[in-house]
Amino acid sequence: MKNKQVLTSKTIENRFEVFRVVVAIAIAIAVALLLIFFTSKQPFEALYWFLLGPLKSLRNFGNVVQLFIPLTFAGLSIAVMFQCNQFNMAAEGAFFLGGLGAAIVAVKMTLPMGVHPVVAILVGAVLGAIVCAIPGIFKVKWGANEVVSSLMLNYIMLFLGTYVLQYVLLDPSAGYPASNQFPSTATLSVIIPKTGIHAGIILVAFLVVLVYLFMYKTKWGYAIRITGQNEKFAKYSGVGVGSTIILSQLVGGALAGAGGATQVLGMYTRFSWTSLPGYGFDGIIISILAKNNPAYVPLAAFFLAYLRIGADIMSRKTDIAPEVVAIVQALIILLVAAKMFLDKYKHRLIVKNSQEQLLQKEGA
Amino acid sequence: MQNIISTIFSASFLFSILRLTTPILLAALAALITDRAGVMNIGLEGIMLCSALAGVVGSAYTQNAFLGLLFAMFIGSLLGVIMAYCALNLKTDIILTGIAINLFASGGTVFILYSICKDKGMSTSLASLTLPSIDIPLIKDIPFLGTIFSGHNFLTYIAFLSVIVIWALLYKTPLGLRIRVVGENPNAAESVGINVRKTQYYVLIISGILASLGGAYMSMGYMDKFARDMVAGRGFIALAAEALGTGTPLGVMGSSLIFGAADALASNLQVLRVPVQFIQMIPYLLTIVGLIVYSISKSRQIKKIYLQK
Repeated sequence: MKNKQVLTSKTIENRFEVFRVVVAIAIAIAVALLLIFFTSKQPFEALYWFLLGPLKSLRNFGNVVQLFIPLTFAGLSIAVMFQCNQFNMAAEGAFFLGGLGAAIVAVKMTLPMGVHPVVAILVGAVLGAIVCAIPGIFKVKWGANEVVSSLMLNYIMLFLGTYVLQYVLLDPSAGYPASNQFPSTATLSVIIPKTGIHAGIILVAFLVVLVYLFMYKTKWGYAIRITGQNEKFAKYSGVGVGSTIILSQLVGGALAGAGGATQVLGMYTRFSWTSLPGYGFDGIIISILAKNNPAYVPLAAFFLAYLRIGADIMSRKTDIAPEVVAIVQALIILLVAAKMFLDKYKHRLIVKNSQEQLLQKEGA
Repeated sequence: MQNIISTIFSASFLFSILRLTTPILLAALAALITDRAGVMNIGLEGIMLCSALAGVVGSAYTQNAFLGLLFAMFIGSLLGVIMAYCALNLKTDIILTGIAINLFASGGTVFILYSICKDKGMSTSLASLTLPSIDIPLIKDIPFLGTIFSGHNFLTYIAFLSVIVIWALLYKTPLGLRIRVVGENPNAAESVGINVRKTQYYVLIISGILASLGGAYMSMGYMDKFARDMVAGRGFIALAAEALGTGTPLGVMGSSLIFGAADALASNLQVLRVPVQFIQMIPYLLTIVGLIVYSISKSRQIKKIYLQK
């Protein structure tokens, strides 16, 4: 049999998904490059630093990995919540409060080395879980729209956090609004010298595997996924839809909270967040790029981290603001999440493939 | 305590309520019109921010405040069209479309601001104009009421007039009827020959224009320049105001006034010995409480209807 490899429509569809994401990213980056090209006075230099800057030195690449850590946490958090079809934006507030909780544990408690960051991150995770569960509970219990309530909740968390910073944690001698310095027992140590890459990377790698197993190998993960795909079907097949929604928000929130805690303990010597860090929304981009699959989240997070650091380096070397990345992000969300983007082309491929198979059968 | 009560009932406090209600009301009406056609527009925050910048840039380059406003409205409707194209043609989830618009706006406005005036925070170096304040003849001479209702920014009056316009549009025109049918049941609408997609295109454009008026007010009325992230969640509060206003223009006006009052109260209570953060929280807490109350009453209504059957 000299048969060509037989493709089913399903495999074409799966391969096409990858192709679509790549095209979307290419379009988004092309738009950014054009913008840079036309607004900059030194366009070639700007493009050079934007695209290759992160690879130019170990420190620059270290920065990419540093940013990769919180972005992966955020992506995992959103992936779990979005898989349940809950557009909960409270990951932002959970990230913030997780960082705050970790800072409180770091500053106010004396614990031995090794135990201290573990306790701090656990406290952060619990706080994050509580924050994200609130919109979920309101949704399940009263049908309150989770998008609006979670957006409002973020502001409340921000003001709560700045209150705690100002009245509980403030170190007046710092010279700016910040907590006391974290004791050395609490901070996460740098594991790769000269890069600032801290122990959080081990934790996040572990969590990627754990969340993947949770979503695809446990009955809870299964319940979350079918609830997200079709709530009525889930209900009729005996899944407790309400508790599943809340469970997914608890898990997502815990991941975001732990992310905030890890970020604060790994990157700073004091807590000084006075605005929302924005990682919650970054998580949305990452999760969409990863198709809400925890296994692809690190890839998407690395991509975004590379883009951000590239833009930062470019803005330091040339006259372009790093916020140009925002345009790339918006386009990626719009195109990757667009169900009809390149849809006609996909149909043509599938039809062509089926016709070829039919011809082969007739020929045989 | 005496102090607070006298502030609350002063004419200048009531004046500031109307002033702070303006952007929320315009955005809430924008939320209302799309919601009635079954589309949830989360992108209001971003549309407001972009048009705030557009108004400043437009008025600075033309040296005409109204041309600046027109440019803001153009940008607002353009964003409405983009959202409609993505959500209705490309089938991107409407909530994700809104999030994308917001992300684009918060970074994109800074990028554009920096490209134009090499400043990432404020548009101070642009000689932009503000829209005029209007004294209403006769009313301005009435002692107490005159100080409350007269002398507001042009867009404040437009905001309250829009309540009537949107009411008339929804309940007195064929388009309004189509909008309501599409929102109630798109399949039924389709079956009687209503073009659902076209109707939703219209509402997203109208919504973009209303939100752009709110955005222009921020940079050409409330303040006299653009500042990064100056909309500060008002587009999101508007979504809550819309939910709380039970989906009617008058209800939306009422709930917007509540949020405007909470905002005004927050800036007036800062003299008290309460930590400022708790006062800043008030509008957002109120939003969540309002949302829950609204959702409970709505689910009771639905239960009632089922029981009657």
